[in-house]
Amino acid sequence: MLRTLFPFPGGVKPEPHKEASAKAPIASAPLPERLVLPLRQSAGVAPLPVVRVGDRVKKGQVIAAAEQWVSASLHAPTSGKVADIGHYPLAHPSGLAAPAIVIEADGRDEWRERQPLDWQKLAPQAVRQYLQQSGVVGLGGAVFPSHVKLDANAQIEELIINGAECEPYITCDDRLMRECAAEIVSGAALLRDLTGARQTLFAIENNKPEAIRALRGAISEQHEDFIVITLPTRYPAGSLRQLVYALTGKHAPFNVLPTALGVQCFNVATVQSVWRAVAHGEPVVRRVVTVSGNVRAPKNWEAPIGMSMDALLQLSEPLSDTDGLIVGGPMMGLSLPLTDAPITKGSNCLIARSPRLFPPRPPESPCIRCTACAQACPQGLQPFELYWWSRARDFAKAADYALAECVECGCCAYVCPASIPLVHYFRFAKGELAAAAREQKMADSARSRFEFRQFRAEREKAEKAEKLAKAAAAQAAKQAETATTPLATTQDATMKSDPDHA
Amino acid sequence: MDILTAIAVMALGALLLGAALGYAAIRFKVEGNPVTDKINAILPQTQCGQCGFPGCKPYAEAIASGAAEINLCTPGGDEGARKLAELLGRDYVPLACEVETEKKRVVAVIVEDRCIGCTLCIQACPVDAIVGAARQMHTVVESLCTGCELCLKPCPVECIDLRALPETPETWRWPEIRRPGIEDRRQCVEEMAAC
Repeated sequence: MLRTLFPFPGGVKPEPHKEASAKAPIASAPLPERLVLPLRQSAGVAPLPVVRVGDRVKKGQVIAAAEQWVSASLHAPTSGKVADIGHYPLAHPSGLAAPAIVIEADGRDEWRERQPLDWQKLAPQAVRQYLQQSGVVGLGGAVFPSHVKLDANAQIEELIINGAECEPYITCDDRLMRECAAEIVSGAALLRDLTGARQTLFAIENNKPEAIRALRGAISEQHEDFIVITLPTRYPAGSLRQLVYALTGKHAPFNVLPTALGVQCFNVATVQSVWRAVAHGEPVVRRVVTVSGNVRAPKNWEAPIGMSMDALLQLSEPLSDTDGLIVGGPMMGLSLPLTDAPITKGSNCLIARSPRLFPPRPPESPCIRCTACAQACPQGLQPFELYWWSRARDFAKAADYALAECVECGCCAYVCPASIPLVHYFRFAKGELAAAAREQKMADSARSRFEFRQFRAEREKAEKAEKLAKAAAAQAAKQAETATTPLATTQDATMKSDPDHA
Repeated sequence: MDILTAIAVMALGALLLGAALGYAAIRFKVEGNPVTDKINAILPQTQCGQCGFPGCKPYAEAIASGAAEINLCTPGGDEGARKLAELLGRDYVPLACEVETEKKRVVAVIVEDRCIGCTLCIQACPVDAIVGAARQMHTVVESLCTGCELCLKPCPVECIDLRALPETPETWRWPEIRRPGIEDRRQCVEEMAAC
């Protein structure tokens, strides 16, 4: 079917490096002895632990439950014993530790009772709650809880299933589409029914012909009217706002969710996990992770959540000159030293780094105002302006130049001839702005409490004065009475003026 | 005659305009000084009194009336002084030297074993961040505490500590890229100007 695409501005075409890991089928990673599960595995509020140290858990059992709507539950990825609940390092640029539950595997990998959900008979709200309790979050990397996106009142026109996978090296979605196309199509049908979308579009970059073929086959087998759209390969075609624009021509500013424009977008791996949760009663306890880069056997591994990144890397046999790890893709991912931080629901790719594959960036030199960054920016921003204001710490000005619209895709830094780490400047400025906003919010709430406290003090003073006046009047009346009846005892006249119980 | 007409017209005009102005003054009266509120919005609302005024609002009033400099607020820091200078069109003044340099955000923590439940700290807290009752253990609500230190002195058993909040991945910020030379020189100039 012919369909007009709306090409988004800018973008870059980095070397794909995808062949190596896309060749081999997805392999199952052996079960590690110890799994570290950070509580915060999704956007929003972290779930709260519902197990104690020493408890025995079964695979798929809830170990931390979501207490708020924008949150998702966390499950034991295997059967075993809760060994610890404490702070463990994360794959985070800060290297800080965060609360986590540690599970020691007993090796039996024994599931809790699994039951498919009869979702067609249930109200959509019940299905949403079920997905929340199954820990389904966006597996493309943003880990936004999926049930929140399934708002029935949103009037969804287009449901987009994102299989673009535009970042170099990453092939986990490609392999998943080739191997589990039927499950993805079933999941998409379920999401279509939950959102009431009129049209379901699969978006895949044209460098994945096998995945496109597999999905088309599964769609015709299941007699669905889904359309598979082949996108030209250009980074960041898989980025939410770029993809929505390319397919529908609708532009979502940073503070507007595509939902408000009648578009909803899910990653293919998320769609598959929705189907596994509903049709098989399996919560999200594993995910496919691409391990590539400086390794002997680049491959996609299906790894349990909580497995150490280093252990997973070892499975693909890193070469001896490996000196670090990129978590995520080379454009947007985090460059970390070799780490045993755990795989989380958002970890889609590990790239072994070496000086040969990723030579160190040349030192930053002054901006020559070539505007190459502005031409590469898919959001239509002027990164050089943002850079100057961020560098000068004039964050208000950076905000005026729409810093919040920046999606940190890295295109500007990729093309910069002066090798300025532009994204780092923007992250710094965004962090400062967010901190200032947090402080302002705290100050506003402190002010209102302070003002209320003053008001209360005034009120209490007035009440006390009123009470005293009343007591004095009563006493005067009493005294007048005793004057007329001299036989009364003086004790009656003494009034307790004020029970001081402040 | 002409002169009288002219005077009458002018007098009538003056009367009308005067009446309009008088009406406007009553109808559109602004309660309080709007500048004070703007200044108060910039101040950090710790109500700590380190500026020498009993709270943020009194300090804001003093700035608005010209009685106080804009550089007395320690919790607001350099950033706050800059914002005030911009709002008021005054020259930026670095933090006064008797004012301690900026501090990290701290919160008060009550050592619960030692608390005797005297409620003195509750009465001292300007932002209602301490909960408790007479002869019951008190505690500080961390998210409401501004770290103003006003509860430390009234405590008869010295059971309140100030603790810096640990950094978490949620509050962590990307560091500034420091290029040797440029930023260092700027900071140096500012420090010299300050003291």
